Amino acid sequence: MSTSILILLVLTSLGLFFGFVLAYSNKKFGIEVNPLIHIVEDVLPKGQCGACGYAGCMAYAEAVVLNADVPPNLCIPGKDPIAKMVAELTGKAAAAMEPQIAQVKCAGIHSKAAKSYQYNGVQDCTAANLLFGGPKDCKFGCLGLGTCVKNCPFDAMVMSADGLPIIDPDKCTACGKCVSVCPKQVINLMPVGAKVRVNCSSKDKGPVAKKACSIACIGCSLCMRQCPHGAIKMENNLAIVDSKICEAQCSDALCLTKCPTKAIRPFVTGIVPGTENEESVIAACAK
Amino acid sequence: MEEYLKLFIASAITNNFVLTQFLGLCIFFGVSKNLNASIGMGMAVTSVMTLSSLLAWAVYNYILHPLGLQSLMLVVFVLLIASFVQLLEMIIKKHAPALYNMWGIYLVLIATNCIVLAVPVTNAETSSNFITSLVRALGSGVGFSLALILMASLREKLQYADVPKSLEGLGISFILAGMLALSFFGFSGMITL
Repeated sequence: MSTSILILLVLTSLGLFFGFVLAYSNKKFGIEVNPLIHIVEDVLPKGQCGACGYAGCMAYAEAVVLNADVPPNLCIPGKDPIAKMVAELTGKAAAAMEPQIAQVKCAGIHSKAAKSYQYNGVQDCTAANLLFGGPKDCKFGCLGLGTCVKNCPFDAMVMSADGLPIIDPDKCTACGKCVSVCPKQVINLMPVGAKVRVNCSSKDKGPVAKKACSIACIGCSLCMRQCPHGAIKMENNLAIVDSKICEAQCSDALCLTKCPTKAIRPFVTGIVPGTENEESVIAACAK
Repeated sequence: MEEYLKLFIASAITNNFVLTQFLGLCIFFGVSKNLNASIGMGMAVTSVMTLSSLLAWAVYNYILHPLGLQSLMLVVFVLLIASFVQLLEMIIKKHAPALYNMWGIYLVLIATNCIVLAVPVTNAETSSNFITSLVRALGSGVGFSLALILMASLREKLQYADVPKSLEGLGISFILAGMLALSFFGFSGMITL
């Protein structure tokens, strides 16, 4: 009996002692954490994807609250609504976040892109790329084995029967995962409002590119000369569209009608690149 | 003096907690992916182990032992280590933020780890005096750091090795830990306490 009382006494007093020590030291050593950090963290999607450039949602919340230079619109999966909420909470000006989407800069479906050999190895782009840069004659194009599809965290990509991935515009959050896993770097992020895109990444000279793929950009620079706003420039035999200028100033998309290989096409989401129909061309020209 | 040196080497190498007694394996596999992290963790464990085992020594010898409550040892030690780690975390956060950023998550991990509990328990069971407890705790901490750093260095090299697919990741690490433990068995019998 006396032992049990002793146990009770000792444990209670030890527990109380440590409790008081901790409570006291919390007062003495405790650091005031800005409560706003937790509120901001609650707003963030908590995917811990790191697309903002910080170690996780908590780290970004801390940075955006404490550092005046950190913009409130860095959360990419959160898109505009979250950016607005974070801006409201932190009292920062929310620069409108430009909604982006991933796009594949290649239209080399099986029937259009010539092959140098039959690839029967591991069904993965990185593996295929190790074997002379993949089976296509064009060494810049999509390999079509779906490494991006497998790595998409939002199930926004599917591989079409033609061997090019289709990106679902409703699911794509522009997190950039596919951009980084693609061994060909054929995927990039593009503003949703852009008018036109170049469905090709080939840096080969015109005849070589044309031989490898019937709808390659041959670097003729006709589109560059057509564009009245100077939104298109040529780099390494490839037309590059500045989406910002294109989105803001283009009214009649002259470049679309002039391209001899139809490598430059209207920006239509959710389809295999290169299958944009004539109606969309007319629509883009009319806009 | 010689006795303490023997005890130190014994607890660091021949009776290494990780590699001969298989304690603290959670941290051993969790933090040994990267050499820098493992050095930080080794330091954190060593300091927490030393300080908490001294505190435990005082509590055991001045409270539990005189009252004949040795059976409460485990409960009290767990309470003590957990509170102590909390306290240490607060103090470090306030006075040494750089150290806190380096140790941050590891400190919390230590609070519930068996290796930190093992030292005070061993001290109590062998009725060690104050200095013996201190030397044992320091030796065990150094031994743990040694094992962790060895493992981390090996695992960093392992990244360049062609490991069979079925053994990738933890599998090969377990085998590696086994080999490391085997090599530490070579020390057994060198020092008899």
